[in-house]
Amino acid sequence: MTEQTQDNIILQVRDVSKRFGGLQALSDVTFDLPEGQILGLIGPNGAGKTTLFNAINGVYPPEEGRVIFRDQEITGWKPYDVARLGLARTHQIVQPLNELTVLQNVMAGACFGHERRPLRQAQEIADEVLPFVGLAERRDELAASLNVAQKKRLELARALAARPYLLLLDEVLAGLNPAEITEMVEVVRQIRDQGVTILIIEHVMHALMNVSDRVIVLDYGEQIAEGTPDEVANDPKVIEAYLGDPKLAERLLSGE
Amino acid sequence: MKPWRNPGLWLVLVLTAAIGIWPALAANKAYSREVAFTILKSVGLAASLNMLLGYTGYVSFGHIVFFGLGGYVGFYLMSVHNAPLYVAVPAGALASGLLAFLLGKAILRLRGAYFALATIGVNEAARAFIKNFEPFGGPIGMSLKFTVYKAYGGPDQALWIAFASLAVVTMITILVSFLVKSSRFGLSLLAIRENEDAAEVMGVVAPNAKTWAYVLSAIFPGMVGVLFFFKNGNIEPPDAFNLHQSIETIVMVMLGGHGTVLGPLLGSAIYQRLRGLLLVSPLFKNIQLTVAGMLLLIIILFVPAGVVGWLRRRFPRLRRILE
Repeated sequence: MTEQTQDNIILQVRDVSKRFGGLQALSDVTFDLPEGQILGLIGPNGAGKTTLFNAINGVYPPEEGRVIFRDQEITGWKPYDVARLGLARTHQIVQPLNELTVLQNVMAGACFGHERRPLRQAQEIADEVLPFVGLAERRDELAASLNVAQKKRLELARALAARPYLLLLDEVLAGLNPAEITEMVEVVRQIRDQGVTILIIEHVMHALMNVSDRVIVLDYGEQIAEGTPDEVANDPKVIEAYLGDPKLAERLLSGE
Repeated sequence: MKPWRNPGLWLVLVLTAAIGIWPALAANKAYSREVAFTILKSVGLAASLNMLLGYTGYVSFGHIVFFGLGGYVGFYLMSVHNAPLYVAVPAGALASGLLAFLLGKAILRLRGAYFALATIGVNEAARAFIKNFEPFGGPIGMSLKFTVYKAYGGPDQALWIAFASLAVVTMITILVSFLVKSSRFGLSLLAIRENEDAAEVMGVVAPNAKTWAYVLSAIFPGMVGVLFFFKNGNIEPPDAFNLHQSIETIVMVMLGGHGTVLGPLLGSAIYQRLRGLLLVSPLFKNIQLTVAGMLLLIIILFVPAGVVGWLRRRFPRLRRILE
């Protein structure tokens, strides 16, 4: 708590490490996230991206290191306590409340997030958020009846309904077709423009490079690069670790 | 929507009230009162269990513990300290609620089958404890002196008072189960049922919500227990902590439709009528519990949503009435 913090840094991650048995999932990950930015998090499969999310929002407490959110140390806090401070997330593997309606799912986000709205206000918020992610027509259907792309949007709607300061997005673009990706990227930008800071994990590279202000690259739990999308894309270490073949990397990044 | 403007609420309240009023109008009043007492007792047990099983998704085989403990505490106060019924009933509720609170802190950390197993252990432990607890009469239990009923205008009058009180307690149980379901607290329970981890990530303080759901589900069986054993006149460990009754209560909730307000009411009524028929049939009277087991199996295999759940799915228009 003694650490000097700049006013506009919303999230500080300091030397965070996490082991699963013999696997070092995260080692000494350190970064700052200024308010209002979009920070991209990339890395090959198994690089520890989702684990980092889990360490930040309390699903798995980190073994070492500190997480500071809005000048409050939240290392090892329970997920619900972190959520109540104004941090919301989506899941890579969608976690809908299947037997509840789409509306109830989103209302739950507004009810139990940091604003802790009563039911009636939660419903108003849900009715604002649902058209924003394009699920208004599905409002009264059971979440189980949605397809994967819609469930991803439901995850996003639920997180947004909490009106968070910081939003962790875990592969919201995966499984979407190119048109849907363009749409979703636009949605992410609009969320940022509303003043929400975003930490985003994504495999769809050109989309991520497009939308992020800065990018962090993880490989085997280690932070191998950090910078603007351009800097990272041209970093030979990243190209080697992440894509193997530099020429392939260039092709992917140009979106061909 | 305001709760009292929901036709579904009125339907369940009117149905419960009807069971309560029926004996007063029936030809054979004493007999129908006993039948209605059994049904209302089951409704109270099933509707309260539903708050844990149906809303929160935690299967408890130990629901009857709260019935037994509440019954014992209330009975003790009435028989040893001459406490009136209106003191004994809240005392039973308090005792059961307190036990649920302490138990909840310990075993609600377990999920799924582990929680269910722990609740069986709780039932057996409670029975063993009471059997050896001398102030509660140990293995022999306790009996009410005949003079106790005098304060209520004689035994016959006392039975009617017990029945009327049970009807009121059951109505309150149903009302509370409706209000919980349509509240923010209820939404947190439903979220836990659907996906506890996701609920926690959204900000639901699951340990607290589960504990309060457990306490709430324990209070009502505590009251029902006091009234039942007051009517009975004596209490013994096997009657108070009968694992069969826990299982029968689960069958009723599943039969009617878990997670719905009407389901436990309907399930209890159907199950108790069926049980009544089986008990007087020479063919089935010894195997009526087997029938209950078969029934549970069939429901889980073919109509997991129960009668009300099935109707709601089949006829979406009925959803406004069938809460």
